Amino acid sequence: MRLAQQFAMENDLIKADAIEASEFPDLAGKYRVYAVPKTVINDEAAIEGSLPEEFFLDEILKLVAPTPPPA
Amino acid sequence: MGLIRDEDAAEIRERLKELVNPVKLIHFTQELNLEYGLEARQLVEEVASLSDQLSLEVCNFLLDKEKVAEYGIDKVPATVIRNGKDYGIRFYGIPAGYEFTSFLDAILAVSGGDSGLAEESKEKLRQITQPLHLQVFVTPT
Repeated sequence: MRLAQQFAMENDLIKADAIEASEFPDLAGKYRVYAVPKTVINDEAAIEGSLPEEFFLDEILKLVAPTPPPA
Repeated sequence: MGLIRDEDAAEIRERLKELVNPVKLIHFTQELNLEYGLEARQLVEEVASLSDQLSLEVCNFLLDKEKVAEYGIDKVPATVIRNGKDYGIRFYGIPAGYEFTSFLDAILAVSGGDSGLAEESKEKLRQITQPLHLQVFVTPT
């Protein structure tokens, strides 16, 4: 199972789509998918290739939950 | 003729014996002129037939507007994998080739209701407080 889908199971705010790039060429073009897997995050960032669980999650968290500046 | 070969069907049926709870597949199709639509539907139907724990509902992308809205489907073919709860897991396109394994894995995970992730990951994921949409582009090979 893909990590994105595992992530989706843990939080209702997370949605995970697996998209066959060759069947949706317009979408693949829009997101500049030249190699797979490519994970597009909230339409604004992307991770190319496969990463181990911890790294993949941390990369996503960096994008969605930036570390707040120290008080 | 089936898309799943007999020997593969036996193997898949064996794997699906691990299903502990019912899983529902909701397949959205649009059979007017989509090159991949019929094949996707047939594959999902064949998979659903391999276990009593699997049920399948086929919806029409153009006609079943309520379901389309409920599941947030914006393209077809699309397949939702859910149990009593919708986890937000969708497959767009034919879940064939390499993706077929991911498809089965997702069915098994949803059946058990456990993502199988490390506790540390689960904790980090619980702390996400804004919508997160992950679109994973894949190919069958």
